[in-house]
Amino acid sequence: MSALPWLHPDRVALLEQALHQRILILDGGMGTMLQAHELDESSFRGDRFEHGHDGHAKADEGNAHEHADSCDLKGNNDLLTLTKPDIIRGVHTAYLEAGADLVETNTFNSTRVSQADYGLQHLAYELNLEGAKLARAACDDMTAKTPDKPRFVIGVLGPTSRTASLSPDVNDPGFRNVTFEELGENYTESANGLIDGGADVIMVETIFDTLNAKAALFALSELFHQRGARVPVMISGTITDRSGRTLSGQTAEAFYYSVAHARPLSVGFNCALGAEDLRPHVQTLASIAESYVSTHPNAGLPNAFGEYDESPEHMAGVIGGFARDGLLNLVGGCCGTTPAHIKAIAEAVRDCAPRVIPSAAHAEAA
Amino acid sequence: MRRYTRLSGLEPLVLTPELLFVNVGERTNVTGSAQFKKLIKEERYDEAIDVARQQVENGAQIIDINMDEGLIDSEAAMTRFVNLISSEPDIARVPFMIDSSKWTVIEAGLRCLQGKGIVNSISMKEGEAQFLEYARKVQQYGAAAVVMAFDEQGQADTCARKVEICSRAYELLTRELDFPPEDIIFDPNIFAVATGIEEHNNYAVDFIEATRELKKRFPDCHISGGVSNVSFSFRGNDTVREAIHSVFLYHAIKAGMDMGIVNAGSLAIYDDLDPELRERVEDVVLNRREDSTERLLEIADNYRKKKGEAAVETIAWREIPVRERLSHALVHGIDQYVVEDTEEARQLSSRPLDVIEGPLMDGMNVVGDLFGAGKMFLPQVVKSARVMKKAVAYLLPFIEEEKLRTGDMGKNNGKIIMATVKGDVHDIGKNIVAVVLRCNNFEVIDLGVMVPAQKILEAAIAENADIIGLSGLITPSLEEMSQVAREMQRQNFHIPLMIGGATTSRAHTALKIEPHYKSPTVWVKDASRAVGVAQSLVSKDLVEEFIAKIRLEYADVRERHKDRGAGKQLVPLAKARAQRFTDDWEAYEPPVPKTPGITVFDDYDLAELRQYIDWLPFFNAWELAGKFPAILDDEIVGAQARELYADANRMLDTLIAERWLTAKGVIGFWPAANVGDDIEVYAVDAAPKAKPLATLRHLRQQVEKPADRPDFCLADFIAPKDSGVKDWVGGFAVTTGIGIEPHVARFEADHDDYSSIMLKALADRLAEAFAERLHERVRKEFWGYQPDETLANDDLIAEKYRGIRPAPGYPACPEHSEKATLFELLNATEHTTIELTESFAMHPTAAVSGWYFSHPQSQYFVVGKLSRDQVEDYAKRKGWSRDVAERWLAPYLGYEVE
Repeated sequence: MSALPWLHPDRVALLEQALHQRILILDGGMGTMLQAHELDESSFRGDRFEHGHDGHAKADEGNAHEHADSCDLKGNNDLLTLTKPDIIRGVHTAYLEAGADLVETNTFNSTRVSQADYGLQHLAYELNLEGAKLARAACDDMTAKTPDKPRFVIGVLGPTSRTASLSPDVNDPGFRNVTFEELGENYTESANGLIDGGADVIMVETIFDTLNAKAALFALSELFHQRGARVPVMISGTITDRSGRTLSGQTAEAFYYSVAHARPLSVGFNCALGAEDLRPHVQTLASIAESYVSTHPNAGLPNAFGEYDESPEHMAGVIGGFARDGLLNLVGGCCGTTPAHIKAIAEAVRDCAPRVIPSAAHAEAA
Repeated sequence: MRRYTRLSGLEPLVLTPELLFVNVGERTNVTGSAQFKKLIKEERYDEAIDVARQQVENGAQIIDINMDEGLIDSEAAMTRFVNLISSEPDIARVPFMIDSSKWTVIEAGLRCLQGKGIVNSISMKEGEAQFLEYARKVQQYGAAAVVMAFDEQGQADTCARKVEICSRAYELLTRELDFPPEDIIFDPNIFAVATGIEEHNNYAVDFIEATRELKKRFPDCHISGGVSNVSFSFRGNDTVREAIHSVFLYHAIKAGMDMGIVNAGSLAIYDDLDPELRERVEDVVLNRREDSTERLLEIADNYRKKKGEAAVETIAWREIPVRERLSHALVHGIDQYVVEDTEEARQLSSRPLDVIEGPLMDGMNVVGDLFGAGKMFLPQVVKSARVMKKAVAYLLPFIEEEKLRTGDMGKNNGKIIMATVKGDVHDIGKNIVAVVLRCNNFEVIDLGVMVPAQKILEAAIAENADIIGLSGLITPSLEEMSQVAREMQRQNFHIPLMIGGATTSRAHTALKIEPHYKSPTVWVKDASRAVGVAQSLVSKDLVEEFIAKIRLEYADVRERHKDRGAGKQLVPLAKARAQRFTDDWEAYEPPVPKTPGITVFDDYDLAELRQYIDWLPFFNAWELAGKFPAILDDEIVGAQARELYADANRMLDTLIAERWLTAKGVIGFWPAANVGDDIEVYAVDAAPKAKPLATLRHLRQQVEKPADRPDFCLADFIAPKDSGVKDWVGGFAVTTGIGIEPHVARFEADHDDYSSIMLKALADRLAEAFAERLHERVRKEFWGYQPDETLANDDLIAEKYRGIRPAPGYPACPEHSEKATLFELLNATEHTTIELTESFAMHPTAAVSGWYFSHPQSQYFVVGKLSRDQVEDYAKRKGWSRDVAERWLAPYLGYEVE
């Protein structure tokens, strides 16, 4: 698998070079930034979906938009890529200006199975393609201004709304509402969109069920095989609570061993917890991972109103400690973080050396 | 760098060499278990899940799942069963092995595995291309693979074919796919022996020999197999089958087999097998005689279990004394009678706690020894622990009661959080410590095993604990403890940290843990010390002094571990020389040796030397601390010490009777004169003003001392040349290590580290005893200055005699190259066969050499650090450049080399 050539060898070389030199900065939360725009249902629908169906859909895709009639699209943030592209691009640019080296595409829910909740499963490829293009354009603009600091597009594959190793039916623990193969097909379609749209890297993120991630990694390896070239893969899991395990029950160490076969560019944790609570798990990865280590925590735990209120200074202070202890290669933010957080984090880690991969066996560097 | 296989279920399983042998549970296999097949066929999945759970409880570290049965929809059954047990945290914590001869069934299983499991198996039976295609998929699914020794021609049965096929598979996997070597597990095919077909007789040997060769060629890979196949011809006779499994595993594991599909619940203990049965089984397994199958068949029926017979066996061991019954129950994992036996033992003891510290601990020590020697396997240890826990649980109320009866109930001594650290599952020691602490009125909050740092720290805060106690048995736990200490510091903890467990040590704690945590950090050697340490730590009166002492001790350990470092201020060489030791030489008359020149001892009597053994260093070598012979009656280690002492004496009996070792020695005395810090040595019959035979170069202390206390140099103990007094110096070299190699090799080939270490330790002791005995005879006969000396061995050990025998390389004369001069003077290599390596180490290693000084005030001392001026002076005397001198004296340099 790893013998395949890179799809964009020059981009990978630039990225590897930057990773050797310093801790790279990821962007922050997308949802938080969109909330500030206070978009209503009609904004989400835009012109294309104002009549309750997809104005672009072909006749033979009928089923999808019939359902969309009866379903609110507000909250389907990924749809804004198509209906409000300027807003999405604006968020990317704001993070790039705050110091992000890599931005994540607005495609967290852009899988067929997740979009099916809105009756928009037919948009999966398009959402990923356009999402990657938007981020690509924002990055290329910024790189043109400061050519010595290349910016990169991370194509995001989210966890989907299903879990392959947990039963939604308490009376039948053997039942599953999604299979490995279905997830694989979903991820193949989305990843094709991301790569076609110009993503430099694919990140399988916010993994709460490792089996979903393994389906994504399997799909990626097949897809790379078919294309005859590959792009680097980043993997980021989620420790869902203070038990220190993923939702599907794995410890951080078990999680890493379950995904290490993909020989990822990086492995890390994001979301769910604030930086402080994530630290022991990031530390575990830092001590065993033969790849780079990333983290993009939330701005603390949500308060009584479901808001994240950890200040940029506080979060940067904690993350600075990670960096000084040599745990990190890539760092950014997840829910509740803003460009101000990213700017503070970038400053806090600027003078810290990146973590050194413990073994020479790191496949990507070879 | 060795790469370890890293598997996972909900929890990680890293296959490190410490695991010795990984048990893969075989009972969830429809082809191997009629019961499981029935459950699956009848879709009784709840009960099928229980089969999986029992295996994990019985110590299976991985479970094998096989649904290959014609009347079962194998893919559907695999999917359903794996999904079901994935929802059971106490099963899903271990990795799964997906076992099928059909690829579609394997793939169905892999698609349900969130962890990193194992595929069992792939092979080249359908050709290389198909093999590589499957292997590529295995990699994509993120699993390790069992590679069966099976190719286009069929399954390999001979050693050569097994090795050839596995080697070809390895080449293909690593070359074509970059398949990680550590993810390859060879199954070189275990076939049934004693089938009555002559060609089958060597099958077990073929497997074992193939294993040995494969492990040698591919050290990162693993070797596995389905163990129960080997005994197939004895089905129906479980006793014989288990004996065959036990013997087979004993030899296969020694050859490098490190994984096996076994019934984790029923493994016999090699040492426990009936000797006759074991011998005949061994004949079969190792194919040692032509009639071995017949001979095993002859007796096999005697072991066939009949109804009621088990009870007879039981009665036999129920007859022995209660102490031994408890030990038997622990070793065999029988919990049936443990409560009544514990009660009986309690009534015989003055305190309930004595039962734990006495018979129960002794039994667990036996278990530990058997496990370490590869004669017991993990599942049995798990069962033993269960028996132990039951006994302890029974005793706890009595211990509580005693606490009520004897003392203060009001408040406890303090609250202690205890945990076995992340990555480690060993808790027997920790549990014992917890019991002992509870008995002494501490409240112990036991967080269990595999506890992550953060959980420990959170519990400590939540409980407002007074102390945190960390435990661990395996080596990686050491690093984890150091991590916990770092985290405690980072999170601003101030409560004391106690470190314990078999691999922990004072040195490791001092070097790798204590420096990371600013508050008290104390290594606790064993359960017996835990109470004292904990009491000191929580006592306002004691803690300061206690910690000051510990800190000093650890700082000292660190100092000693430093190769060099700025020592104390050194005085210039000239000043040190001015403060040399002197005697009134005019008034001193040096004794004249009765046997000047060289005396050789060929084949010295070991039985005589045996009386002169100093046992203290022997027990230290085995990490049993205590004075001899008091250690034999020590409350805690007494039993262990007695056992060790008995073993040692048994081996001494044998090695003396069978003349395993030969002792040779040589001594010599020569006229000598002191010049500066040198000693000139002359031929016995040398004419006046003759040139010296040799010049001994010595080093001088450079410590700032009061004027009345000299800075010593060994040369000071010889009369100065210009005094005109005729003095003498002596030398010796002895060994008792001649002939040791074949015996060590024999033990090592037998994986009997206990005996090999024992033999080496005893040879070392005998060499020291030889030196001691010769020195005594030197004083009484050969030099003869104390003909009437009568000292007991203890007094000899305490050095209560006149004169010393310092050894080159040791503190009073630390520079090793002087040994060459000593050897030349004695012609030691010719007389004793001891050779010096290029760095002046002696071979055989059981050897001692040194100088004799007879001056009544001669004494041992430590030269210590040297200043540059002494090093330069020494270099000049030795005819070396300063660089060379600095290299030989590196550990003693009191300055930084430019």
